[in-house]
Amino acid sequence: MVPTNYYVILSAILFGLGVFAFIFKRNVITIFMSIELMLNAVNLAFVAFSQALGKLDGQVFVLFVIVVAAAEAAVGLGIIILIARNRQTLNVERVDLLKL
Amino acid sequence: MTTPLLVFFVLSALAVIGAVNLILQKHPIHSALSLIVVMVALAGLYLLMGAEFVAAVQIIVYGGAIMVLFVFVIMLLNAGVEEHTSLSKLAGPPGLLLAAALAAFVAATIARSGASVQAATQTGALSSTKGISEMVFKDFVYPFELTSFLILVAILGATVLAQREKS
Repeated sequence: MVPTNYYVILSAILFGLGVFAFIFKRNVITIFMSIELMLNAVNLAFVAFSQALGKLDGQVFVLFVIVVAAAEAAVGLGIIILIARNRQTLNVERVDLLKL
Repeated sequence: MTTPLLVFFVLSALAVIGAVNLILQKHPIHSALSLIVVMVALAGLYLLMGAEFVAAVQIIVYGGAIMVLFVFVIMLLNAGVEEHTSLSKLAGPPGLLLAAALAAFVAATIARSGASVQAATQTGALSSTKGISEMVFKDFVYPFELTSFLILVAILGATVLAQREKS
């Protein structure tokens, strides 16, 4: 049996890597992928606590998170296609319409 | 070292290496493939925890549907190697510091408060797929119906966003 701590610490590490990728990457698709990485880290914590507490609520929440992530991916990738079509770039530094 | 612990360390090393590779790779398609490695490793961890339904959904929806969508968009837009300006290179060290601090803070908090969580462990194998279906269709039936509405709105939004304007 693996201690729950290990899972949650792994989840924290993955979330931290996702945050770093979100800050560091410049390609809008990769930034979107780092959001998915953070969602995955949260799912891992949910399942770990669900197993530790012996309740299934956490796994049901994971299902809802996955559904929201799928909806978010569909809409987000539509927005990315629009950005690429209108500005001919995927670099977030070139998408600076709201910048003074 | 027991077998589950060994499997855990192999899978978690795979997940962390995949996540680090996602950051190191310059081309988005390589990052996407690393993310698939992370997701499959996480599915293995879910299996290790006895959450077989979540593991299957993780493989089918995340590793399958969502990542296919990502790869499809990368190919559709012909995304190239990402470019870094001198200003964006500046974001690296502080970002690394912040992310490391965040991960360390969360991990430390969990490690300190984990004793109470661990005490409740080993309730035995609960039949998770049956239990999940009962919860989703009894206790969480209204949120479940709401998510189907959310998916519908997302489909409409994606269609409207991605269509070409007629003019």
